[in-house]
Formats: sequence, structure tokens, C-alpha cells
Amino acid sequence: MSLFSRFMDGWRKYRKPGYYDEFDYHWTMTIDLDKCTGCEACVTACQAENNIPVVGEDEMAKGREMQWIRIERYWEGEYPNAKLSFIPMMCQHCDAAPCETVCPVGATYHNQDGLNAQIYNRCIGTRACAVYCPYEVRYFNYYDHEWDSPLEQQLNPDVTVRGKGVMEKCTFCIQRIRQAKDVAKDDDRRRVQDGEMQPACVQTCPTKALVFGDRKDHESQVYKSMNDPRNYRVLDELNTDSSVFYLKKVDA
Amino acid sequence: MHRPMTTETFKLGYNDIHDDVVRSIVKTGPKYYIALATAGGVTLLCFFFPWSYQLYYGIGAAGMNHPGVWGTYLASFIFWIGLSHSGTLLSCVLHLTNSSWRKAMYRSAEAMTLFSLVVAATYVMVHVGRPWFIHWAVPYPNQMELWPNFRSPLLFDVMAIATYITGSTIFIYMGSIPDFAAVRDRTSGWRNTMYTLLSLGWRGTDKEWHRLHWAYTFLAVLIIPLAVSVHSIVSWDFAMSIVPSLHQTIFAPYFVVGAIYSGTAGIVTVMFVLRKTMGFEQYITKLHFDNLGKLLLVLSLIWTYINGVELFTAWYSGTSEEYEALGYKLFGYYAWLYWEMILFCAVAPMLMFSTRFRTSFVPMLILSIAINIGMYTERFLIVATSLSRQYLPDAWGTYVPSPVEISIMVGSFALFTTLFLIFVKIFPSVSMYEVKETMATPKMEPAAPAAGSPA
Repeated sequence: MSLFSRFMDGWRKYRKPGYYDEFDYHWTMTIDLDKCTGCEACVTACQAENNIPVVGEDEMAKGREMQWIRIERYWEGEYPNAKLSFIPMMCQHCDAAPCETVCPVGATYHNQDGLNAQIYNRCIGTRACAVYCPYEVRYFNYYDHEWDSPLEQQLNPDVTVRGKGVMEKCTFCIQRIRQAKDVAKDDDRRRVQDGEMQPACVQTCPTKALVFGDRKDHESQVYKSMNDPRNYRVLDELNTDSSVFYLKKVDA
Repeated sequence: MHRPMTTETFKLGYNDIHDDVVRSIVKTGPKYYIALATAGGVTLLCFFFPWSYQLYYGIGAAGMNHPGVWGTYLASFIFWIGLSHSGTLLSCVLHLTNSSWRKAMYRSAEAMTLFSLVVAATYVMVHVGRPWFIHWAVPYPNQMELWPNFRSPLLFDVMAIATYITGSTIFIYMGSIPDFAAVRDRTSGWRNTMYTLLSLGWRGTDKEWHRLHWAYTFLAVLIIPLAVSVHSIVSWDFAMSIVPSLHQTIFAPYFVVGAIYSGTAGIVTVMFVLRKTMGFEQYITKLHFDNLGKLLLVLSLIWTYINGVELFTAWYSGTSEEYEALGYKLFGYYAWLYWEMILFCAVAPMLMFSTRFRTSFVPMLILSIAINIGMYTERFLIVATSLSRQYLPDAWGTYVPSPVEISIMVGSFALFTTLFLIFVKIFPSVSMYEVKETMATPKMEPAAPAAGSPA
């Protein structure tokens, strides 16, 4: 192979998200804003599943709250004709993620499942990813957080407890994905079936507004949902190629 | 042997230069020790103590919050990198253009470069969340086969600054070798040993002078593009993001000009102080302030123009997020800082159109300090205003520095001063051999008492 064609091969590979020619799975979420009531059950579920610290009043007042998924509230119009809409916002797992290119140590990268993964013990805390992220969904551990007894007993053993100086964000509950893949592998090396695993937020959503699955499986619920005519992606004009699709709220 | 000071320029013999410079190294008065103790004490108390506190408890000791994840640490980092710019860069450009007025001031200007870079590199460690792993950002072979991310502008930054520190260190050291030799020949004891080592066996042969000159010019040519690239790369930390008001192609020239601007102002400040405290009235003259004033004036005009371009680009983009960021910058929470910056960096420097202003020492000192206050504000605003207003209105917020940050900022100036104070006692802070080049050959006078042999 000539030097030039090797270079061009490398270049083409470089242009692909996470250097992968093809993802094994392509995990995707859709959020039906027509169904979302803004109850914040997903926020609580996420907090419990992923060992997200409760920062306390003072830190909250400083604007250092940690919620991997948050409900953004937007008001339209003036009282009494005000209209409130919700939009749950979490890491969009962009396939062209601005945060991945900027991390000097490669602590955030694209994995073979199309997920934007964060390696906590590689992170040196430059916080550049949080600046580059247009969705503002990366949260920084300003301190070592503590859980008041007996709350430390309910920490999820499958998830790392992050120390000070580390960036964290939504992982699409990667521990559940890994587990489902392990089970599927042990079970005659089959693929993970649709609905076999769900992230905590999807599992908890009382109105089933959140749908999660593999985009590559064209029979999956999420594939159908993301091709709904109401679909859009937040800040799509930035070409982040995100993996979270929102279904627009239709006014009656 | 103290010579009465005259106000005439360069009515000195070769020996007088040696006397003056060696005296500045060897004779240390109580004032120096008081200054060093103060600077060192403030460094410990205001820089290292709060930093240790922050290392122990986490970076939450600073005022950063959710949209404002970058704060004064990064602003100070850019400020110090900027301040480093004029030293070596200016020295190189003036060396290549054969400007003889450079020769009396360039050594201290280059030292400024070096120490600003040291402070800036320290700031990187203050800034990151886990500085004990900072070496991961350096590409070194390891058994894990883990490399840094070569696409990251932050990595470019690490490399650019490392290269610049190396280049400037070699440049200032090489230019000082003949002077080390001169000091070696006039000192005794441990100083003599130290300068013998530092002067690398310099004897002053024709061959040595030839090679020094050649290598010096070579390095000067090499360092100019390096200096430009360093601050361009620092600007890419911001410009390569998609944050409204940071994502601008003008950022690289903007940062380079801003860096040279604040660096030149810094040189004016340092030269004023050196002139007063070290008794260099004969070497640093009105001519230097006049020329630096002209340079500052041009730089301020370019800087103002680029600021205009920045505002225009934001307006011309026609996007709502850029409009929001623009309005916030001009009239929002930090607006008073913006207008302060415009006053100090764009309006006040217009005074330098007057020759009388440029040749007056105290007004130039005040203006140079004002410019650097303005330039610090500029760096702070680039970080603070842009991060406060990004795409999703739900994530808007404000960031205010904490006492720890302010203390470290004050302490960084003390750190810089401490390093500089140590420098003036080790390095000959005026380049003796080059100042001599600018002088007429001294006339033979009736024999004066010998004060050591010439180098």
C-alpha cells in the first residue's frame, strides 16, 4: 500500500465518528414531548441509579447542581395566557461530538456502540468538554461528595463513585448495556433484543415518553419512533449528529 | 566605586558598564532583601497557601459553576502567556531589524517572557481539576500504550507552550553567555564558580563571537513564528469550540495582537521599575519610552479594530445566539467591565499620539499599568461572558470569582516578582556587550585606578 493511500485511509477513518467504520449497536433515545409531563421521575431515577451526589443547598445556589438528566422549563407568553413546556435534556451522545475532540487526554471518546463514553479515571479536569458541549449536560465534581448515612448503603455497586476534579455525564446507563450484552453473549452470542434493557430514566417514565433502543434494529420501537414525522433534534443546525430524538409537542 | 550619575546618554566607558552591572549583581542592599522577603511572603501566603487548600478540598474552592466552568484561572493563564509575548518576540524582531535601542532593555524583557511563561504553566496546574495527573497531557511512551488526544487544541497548547519555554530559555541563556563571562572575571568565591559554569568556558575568541552571533540570529528567526503560533494556539482553545462569540476566525490574530499589546505595556512597566531601582538611568532613556510608546499606539489601534470586527461579525451572523451573546457582552451583567476595558485599552492609549506624553516616564507607567488591567479584563470577559450565554437558555448563568481565586491572582504577581528579583541577582540584567556595541570607542584618559580586567 502506498504511503498516500495509507494516509487517505487514515483520513477517511478519522472523519468517521469515533474512528469506527461501523458501530456494533447504535443506541438511540427518543423523547415524546407530547407525553412528557415534567414530573422529574427520570431525574430521580437517574440520581439513584448512577450514584449522582446530592450537592446540597449551598452548592445548588452556586449553580453546581448535578443532574445527568434535567427538565428544562420554557415559558411562552405572559400570565394569564402563559404556556409551559418541558424538555428533558441529557447527554445527546453526538456522533460528531464537540467534547470528544477537545479532551487533551482522550478521557471522553466514542465507543463501538455509538455511545459517547467518559472514562473517569483518565479525566484530568480541564473542563474543556463542558465548555464545548452546546447542550450543557456535562457536570463537574467540584468536591469529593459524601452521602449522609445510611444513604451510602444504597449506592449502586455497578457504577463508579466519582471523586473530586472529574467530569461526568449521562452514559445511557452503560452498566446496564454492558450487562445486557454479557447476557446476550453468554446466550449463544446473540444480539441484544429490543426492550431487553432500558436506562433508568426510560424504565421509570410513567407516561412512556422516553423510548430507548438500537437504531440499527429496524424493527425496534425506537427506530419507528425516531422516524415519526414530529421528530427533530435539539440544535441540529450545529451538525452534532446527536443520538437523542425529540418528538415535537403538537398543540391541540 | 560610585560614579556621579549624569543625565547624558552613554557618556560612559566600557568599564563603567561592567561596574554598574556587576554592582547590581554583587552589591545587595537591605531594600532588596526587604523586597524579596515581601514578594516571597506574599507568594507563599496568597498563592501557595490557597492553592494547597484548593488541592486538598477540590476546585470548588474557586467560584466556577455549571455554565461557567472556566474562570479567572484560565483568564490569568492567557494573561500571563500574553504578557510573555513581547519580551522574546520584541527582542527577536528588533535584533533582526538591527534596532540598537533594543540592546539596553532586551535582557529584562526576555526574562519577563520566561517568568510569565513559568507563572502561566503553574496556572495550568491551578486550573485543572486533577493536576497530579497533568503529565497525561504530554505524549510520552508508556506501557499502557495510551496517548493524548492529538486532535485537541489543549494538547496543541501544551506542546506550543513547552516549545516556547524551551526556545526562550535557550535564547536568553545564549545571549547572556558573554556577560556571564564578564561577570565571572570580576567576581570571586562561589559567584565565580557559578559564573564559570554558566559561561561555559567563554573566552571571547573571534570564532566564539562568530558562532554566537550566527546562532543568536538563527534562534531569533526561529522564535518569531513560534511566538505567533503560541498565542494563536491558545486562541484555538476558544475559537475551535462552537460557543457563540468564541467561535470566531478573528481569534488567532486577536490573541496575538492582544498578547503583544499587553506584553509591550508590561515591558514599559518593568523598565520603569528597573530604571528607578537599579540605577539604570543612563541605559534606559526617554528614547526607549518614546519608541515603545509608538509601538503601543499602533498595537492599540489594531486591537481596537479587531474588537470592532468581533462585534460586527457577531451582528452580521444574524443568529439569535450570537445576538444574545453580543447584547450580553455590551449591556449585560459584565458590561461595566467591558466598557472599562474599552476605556483602558482603546481610548486612553490615544494619549500617546503626543510626543510629550510618550517621553514622560510617570504617565507612561500609569498608562502601561492601565493597559494591562484592561487586557486582564479582556481575557476575563472572553471566558466569563461567553460561557454565561450559550445555546440553551435554561443553562444560562453567571460566574463570580471566589476569594481563593482573587488571592491566587494577586499571588501570581508576587510569584512573578519573586522570580524576577532572583533573576536580577543572577543574570546581568543589561546586556553589557551589546550596549558596548552602541557606544563610541572610549578615548584614552589619564590612568584611572584599575578595577579588574576587561572581559
